[in-house]
Amino acid sequence: MRRLLMLCCCSLLVVFSGCAQPAGPGNKLVLWHWMTDCHDTFLKLAQQYQKETGVEVTVRLLAPSDAYSRMTIAAAQANVLPDIYGILGIKAMAADFIKAGLVADLTGEMQANGGAWENSLFDKALADKRFDPDNIYGVKPGIYGVPVNLTNQQMLYNKRLLAKAGITAPPVTFDAFIKDAQALKRVGITPFVSGWGELWLLHCFATNYAFNIMGEKKVLATFRGEVKYTDPDWIKVFNVFVVLRDKGVLIDGIVTKGNKYAEQDFALERAAFAFNGSWCVNVYRNMNSDLEYGVMLPPMVSKAFPLKIWGGAGSSFMVNAVSPNKDQAIAFLKWFTAKTQQVSLAVETSTLPANKEALKESLTTVSPVLGEFFKGMDQATHPTIWPVNEDPQVMEVFDRAIQGIIIGEKTALQAARDVQKAKDHQLSKGAR
Amino acid sequence: MLARARAAVVAQGNLTSFLFVLPALVIFAVFYVYPFLNMVFLSFHEWRGIGPLHFIGLQNYQEIVGDRLWWNSMAHAGYITLIALTFQNALAFGLALACDREIRMKRFYRLVFFIPPVLSEVVVGLMGNWILNPGLQNGQHIGLLNHLLYSSGFPQLVNNWLGDPRTALTTIAIVHSWKGFGWGFIMLLVGLQTIDKQLYEAARVDGASAWKAFVHITVPMMLPVILVVMILTILGSMQVFVLILSMVNEGLVNHTDVPATYILTSMIGNGRFGYACAQAVIFGVILVGVSFIMKRMSDWVKRI
Repeated sequence: MRRLLMLCCCSLLVVFSGCAQPAGPGNKLVLWHWMTDCHDTFLKLAQQYQKETGVEVTVRLLAPSDAYSRMTIAAAQANVLPDIYGILGIKAMAADFIKAGLVADLTGEMQANGGAWENSLFDKALADKRFDPDNIYGVKPGIYGVPVNLTNQQMLYNKRLLAKAGITAPPVTFDAFIKDAQALKRVGITPFVSGWGELWLLHCFATNYAFNIMGEKKVLATFRGEVKYTDPDWIKVFNVFVVLRDKGVLIDGIVTKGNKYAEQDFALERAAFAFNGSWCVNVYRNMNSDLEYGVMLPPMVSKAFPLKIWGGAGSSFMVNAVSPNKDQAIAFLKWFTAKTQQVSLAVETSTLPANKEALKESLTTVSPVLGEFFKGMDQATHPTIWPVNEDPQVMEVFDRAIQGIIIGEKTALQAARDVQKAKDHQLSKGAR
Repeated sequence: MLARARAAVVAQGNLTSFLFVLPALVIFAVFYVYPFLNMVFLSFHEWRGIGPLHFIGLQNYQEIVGDRLWWNSMAHAGYITLIALTFQNALAFGLALACDREIRMKRFYRLVFFIPPVLSEVVVGLMGNWILNPGLQNGQHIGLLNHLLYSSGFPQLVNNWLGDPRTALTTIAIVHSWKGFGWGFIMLLVGLQTIDKQLYEAARVDGASAWKAFVHITVPMMLPVILVVMILTILGSMQVFVLILSMVNEGLVNHTDVPATYILTSMIGNGRFGYACAQAVIFGVILVGVSFIMKRMSDWVKRI
């Protein structure tokens, strides 16, 4: 009988020991991330940190990013978040974490010693995790995260394929782009690929043109419900995709293509242009080290407003506010974002570091393509720094409507009406 | 005195039995009952996953009733299930019948037919993507299927299988059936092997043809197994999820949505955990209802 009781107790212990919180007090930190391509470098840096300080940092990779996202939300619900983690998704999600008391306010640390830490980091990257006074999320103003690297999304062109079609310079205007696409098609080259099976990438491309066609003010006014999606300017945005479809610019199956497949297509020279983020430098290097390519801004449809691209912090880390190791976690992130470590990260992963000095050094040493990506940071903006964001359900309908255009099911006007209907529905719900 | 001693022995026996069951009971309660009850609780709230809950009563359920995309996703799952019930199970039954006979290398065939279900859905999805790739390179089709169609003289059949709303769902259903038929094959084969061979010999002596033996012996004897295979096929196909994600990512407009992907979109994409929980409750109730109907059918068949 006693043995049986012991057996039951042991079974229960085994079951529940799996639920233990990963972080424990002492010289041990746990860090969760989703960046498969950076994992080895993170491990190396963690080992180096242990040698220097004696603090052991356990780096856990939870990939892919959507699985990571689910994992952090579940961990937050169960209050078992690690000492250091990142929050993916819209800024409202980060705000929810902060309001739930799960993210440490780093403002004091950032601004200590004359703002040494804050000033060492690239402003646009830091903006991502900064909450200004009177922010719409109702979060206490402050800095709640540390950027690890920079990124932006631009277009890429394959130099060899363009030359094959007799194109000497990448197009600057949308009309020139369509003309070049026709030249490429004539020699049997697919003009454009992107991973639009991942809706955020399609959304990013579409908002680039929304900013170019109607300007930031009008885009944000639409989000506030003051301008309708059936406005002629929005119809022009949807028409960009009508033209891309009708002129046969897009690779077959683009609306269900994951970005990994799109990256493979560009790296293996199956398409001449691509739309992708700056992380692609590392990806393409691994897939085809002989690939000759350059970076360009998406070709402008209009001269009325500047074209804005998405960019800012590539990935950021937060410190768990309820962690018993909060101070050690902050100390680790300070070390992690210092120049030497950031250069090492940039060199090994071919990414743009968030540290300004490391950025200067790595632009000249890592890859000229990264330098081209960096030039685009002047035009970079991001939903996380906009004062207002579109409702996620409306965004979903917006992206699906564009997919509908691409597969020939919808006209620009039909797409606009669908989105406006969803917007009206959400506005009426808000009013209720 | 004797009665008390006997009662104590019985009580100790009961306690021992209960302690044996306890770990499983605790695990079931913690990992199944509690999450389910919590999900029902959350379905009455507006919640983004983090932060405060806002009680909204039955609003989520009311919204589901009018959510055309949700019911479309149910219809899509129903369509995939229908193809699995017919094509997948017919294939499984046909192959089980073939392997039940004295043929050469039948063990090899059994092994080969059981490979697809052992593979992960992600792997099958990746293979599907490679076979169905609609792209071209240097004028050559990259995807194996389009390449074969083109090179065997059917260029008019070359298609963007996963990017065309007319073919995407059927293509997914066929790949799902290919992955799933092995389970049915094994179960049906085991069922066939339990039929007494003397029944067939008696039928042959009485002059019954192979078809008549199949209709009057094989089918009636196999009905309970067929019903079990059907129930498992329905439950497995209605919940198809990973395969869709790995083949069409976030979907082809809404043409490839199924309840599981739609719940995921509500939860992660739109941050509406309460609504997603309400969808999951309704979906669960529908699946339980279908299983119940199939069970009643199975009992009815056994009686006749």
